Amino acid sequence: MQTPYYKQAARYAWPNREKETNMAIDPKSIAVAGAVAAALTASMTTTVHAQAKEKCYGVSLAGENDCAAGAGTTCAGTSTVDYQGNAWTLVDTGTCSEIDLPAMADGTAREGSLEELDRDLPA
Amino acid sequence: MAVSQTSFTDAIFDPTAPRPDGLSDGQGQAAGRRFDVYRNNVIASLTEALQAAFPVIEKLVGEANFKVLAGDFVRAHPPSSPLMMFYGAELPIFLKSYGPVSSIQYLPDVARLETAIRESYHEGDAVPADPAVFGSLSPEALMASRLTLVPSARLVRSAWPIHAIWRFNREDGAPKPEMTPQDVLIVRPNLDPQPLLLPAGGGTFVARLLARDTLRDALDAAAQEFGDFDLTQTLTLLISNAAILDIGDTT
Repeated sequence: MQTPYYKQAARYAWPNREKETNMAIDPKSIAVAGAVAAALTASMTTTVHAQAKEKCYGVSLAGENDCAAGAGTTCAGTSTVDYQGNAWTLVDTGTCSEIDLPAMADGTAREGSLEELDRDLPA
Repeated sequence: MAVSQTSFTDAIFDPTAPRPDGLSDGQGQAAGRRFDVYRNNVIASLTEALQAAFPVIEKLVGEANFKVLAGDFVRAHPPSSPLMMFYGAELPIFLKSYGPVSSIQYLPDVARLETAIRESYHEGDAVPADPAVFGSLSPEALMASRLTLVPSARLVRSAWPIHAIWRFNREDGAPKPEMTPQDVLIVRPNLDPQPLLLPAGGGTFVARLLARDTLRDALDAAAQEFGDFDLTQTLTLLISNAAILDIGDTT
């Protein structure tokens, strides 16, 4: 047999007491705790499990790891100085000119054109 | 051998300088062309190191142009350490004042991003914090905690869409960059550094974490910069990419 609601007065006292306790806690803390809990849940499915994987060197796809260690040797072996300063006419080879960004607030140039360099030219 | 190290080095980095006197080959002949080969190889090998280190900058200006730029950089900033993996740290500053590209204002920031990616690659491994610890903290303890990020974490903040520019030049079919400031956090959850685009306010939040501020102070600073700062989104990014090393002393 269920107790009629009018005899459940004690229950209704609860929320008030709880509210009193909460008064001492910074409401921002509660919001942050909620945000953290949400982040935990959201990251559950996507977290990268670093420990579960073993280090395996030398398997990166060619071209994927070229930020890695940098070269230090070459077999160029020519006696003329490579890479002299008249190559800027080849700017179309780069993607600079494809990226069209507006000027900064100070109004200085946008994508900018590359100018030919007139030093280090062969004598 | 009657050649000083200084005159030898000077002649290496100046293509117009005469070959230093006093160098001879095995037969006692003046080692003229041999020196030229050596001089070229020094510049060429350091240029290759820069090509490996700054693939996006190379793509942006084009390979031929990059080689010219790199040659000038190498002569202005010869290596100060034998560790080639760190060579080129001054390139972002160099690009700012390098005539032919000084008008491309996003270039130095993209170079900073590539430098940070390389640093992240070479940082030490670390076991991230168990995110479950978050759940065990009281709200007050959480607010007072100081999160430590993993050693591979690097923050690069920019007034330019550096993450979009980087992607556009690294991933097939990536969208064309549109003008917007972007802050990027690089971490290395597995083997390769991941440049993560931070949501608005996230750059300030992460900068404060790196400065050892409490979660409360970091949050206040981020909210001050961007009123609708989304803590959940930023924390999800940090947790999913194993970026948090320690949740901090909360006592």
